[in-house]
Amino acid sequence: MTSILKKISVTVLASTFLVQGAMAGKLASLGAGEGQVNIVAWPGYIERGETDAAFDWVTKFEEQTGCKVQVKNANTSDEMVALMNEGGFDLVTASGDASLRLIAGKRLQEINTDLIPSWKDIDDRLKDAPWHTVDGAHYGTPYMWGPNVLMYNTEVFKEAPTSWNVVFEEMTLPDGKSNKGRVQAYDGPIHVADAANYLMAHNPDLGITSPYELNPDQYKAALDLLREQRKLVSRYWHDAFIQMDDFTNEGVVASGSWPFQVNILQSQGAKVASTIPAEGATGWADTTMMHADSENPNCAYMWMEHTLSSNLMSDLSVWFGANPGVPAACTDGRGMQTAEGCTTNGMDDFDKIKFWTTPVSKCASQNDTCVPYYRWVSDYIGVIGGR
Amino acid sequence: MNNSANDRRGAVISAGFGLAGQISDVFWRKPVILLLLMLTPPLLWLGVVYIGSLLALLAQSFFSIDEFSGLINYHLTLKTYGELLNPANLDIILRTVLMAAIVTLASVIVAFPVAFYAARYARGRWKALFYLGVMLPLWSSYLVKIYAWKLILAKEGILNWFFELTHLKWLLDAYLAIPLIGGNSLSVSYTGTFLVFLYVWLPFMVLPMQAALERVPANFLEASSDLGATPWQTFRNVLLPLALPGVIAGSIFTFSLTLGDYIIPQIIGSSRLFIGQAVYSHQGTAGNIPLAAAFTVVPVVIMGFYLWMAKRKGAFDAL
Repeated sequence: MTSILKKISVTVLASTFLVQGAMAGKLASLGAGEGQVNIVAWPGYIERGETDAAFDWVTKFEEQTGCKVQVKNANTSDEMVALMNEGGFDLVTASGDASLRLIAGKRLQEINTDLIPSWKDIDDRLKDAPWHTVDGAHYGTPYMWGPNVLMYNTEVFKEAPTSWNVVFEEMTLPDGKSNKGRVQAYDGPIHVADAANYLMAHNPDLGITSPYELNPDQYKAALDLLREQRKLVSRYWHDAFIQMDDFTNEGVVASGSWPFQVNILQSQGAKVASTIPAEGATGWADTTMMHADSENPNCAYMWMEHTLSSNLMSDLSVWFGANPGVPAACTDGRGMQTAEGCTTNGMDDFDKIKFWTTPVSKCASQNDTCVPYYRWVSDYIGVIGGR
Repeated sequence: MNNSANDRRGAVISAGFGLAGQISDVFWRKPVILLLLMLTPPLLWLGVVYIGSLLALLAQSFFSIDEFSGLINYHLTLKTYGELLNPANLDIILRTVLMAAIVTLASVIVAFPVAFYAARYARGRWKALFYLGVMLPLWSSYLVKIYAWKLILAKEGILNWFFELTHLKWLLDAYLAIPLIGGNSLSVSYTGTFLVFLYVWLPFMVLPMQAALERVPANFLEASSDLGATPWQTFRNVLLPLALPGVIAGSIFTFSLTLGDYIIPQIIGSSRLFIGQAVYSHQGTAGNIPLAAAFTVVPVVIMGFYLWMAKRKGAFDAL
């Protein structure tokens, strides 16, 4: 008893000094499950076989641990942050734009990786990723990640396009017709980062080092590029299913897209494929993170272990067209995913991806003079409106 | 014996009826209390939930967003309204109002003959069929209808196929080549957005119009032609003025519904934003609630003027 108390107080003291008293100490040891765990997740991320009986990674967990999984879906990162601020949840599958905000807002607790046996299986490229690691402390276990790929029509492009220029600059495509009206772009301000990523490779004089950290000059250059793109794009895509329809019915032949759409279109026999061009691509990476005031820490830890060790990531990788945070999920047959499937989803292209972060004015690479996200929103609206 | 006992109690019968009777007595003596009791819940609803949220919205629009940190600055200012006058935002407002006006005009023109036939000539089974025809689209999902229209208008869609079949594709191509209203295909042009708006809101125009036309006495029209008026004169000077309240009532629906919609222009059209979409994107990830609130105030003000004009034209006299 005294030893446990000692252990706890040492941990608490240590963490108090380490994190300057801001965070609750990380859990020292696991106990019995509390009977439930409450998770904020992206839609489609936690399936219990209700949408499609073949996709179920909850039922078995509940049977094994006795922790009932209760999921609250959130559609945007802001919703996630708001829900976590309200409290009452144990875990959240936060993307890179929400995770640091949550850590800064002291909504998360550091996790003890020793309590998660499968931590060692996590992709080495993700173990210390900056969107969940602050000053050497881990605030969650990596979940899924994926690139924003260039989807193209294989009848028009016999060979995969090697550059994003097919969607940014007017040109004649291999089938002899102009790309005007036949390409699309994402209808979200974050697409400015794709333009910046393109400029990074093609206009090095601008000195862009991260597509999410743009000073006013770099930002203006990106907007100018997007204004040129507006002349080529008939309709921007917003909804994944509308984009699929545009590829089949509207004569669209190239666009930035997600592996999700590529997988579904290919499964329907559409002549499309995807690539990550030479300039690289933007992408997203999510992390299962734990609330500072989690009421069910034991079940939460069990769930984190479950995400890493069970069929979850493998099946979710098929379901969502994303890559698992544990590479073995692609290969060891624990679920439906195969090595080829992961390659399609972009598993080998990690280094080419600039992971999504929210642009803020305080940025390291441009001396804190970056253009913040809310201006991206209003200016991108202007660009689409022809301004 | 029994009779005399009753007599002694006098004419007031309430004494023996318990609590319910007493309450009913109080209501009878002081009708104000009953009125208050019946009006308080709906007034609370209207005042707190409805007007209250509108006021909260209005208050938000007088805040501003801090340019540096992106945090909301809770000091009263008109800066956010100033931002509405940016060319890009002004474009959005003008685009939306213009679309709403054109959709309204077109629905008046399309709906009038339909409503007139239904009000004057359709009888029995035909009348039922008419109601069914107008109401049927309202029973199916709004989204399904819009997706169906996307397939009709797409570059490789039904309409295009039809034009090709009839060797009239050049006509469509010539139309699509017109700047502004044209585009790569109908489904990515303003024309497409307009057609879908017109389709979706048409029932809201037909029904009030038909109600107004049914109230125009037939003998007025007969008298007009007996006195030598041409059909056009009858329409212009008798039918239209008498049916005008119905037309205006319908136009309130079509105009305000177009003003606020954000789903149709997202699926059909050229991705240029309408007011509803602007609100949606500003309040979402951007967290620019003040600008989103200022945008929402625009349709409120426009509809305020619209209703005021409609009232002066007597659209509400029949209520």
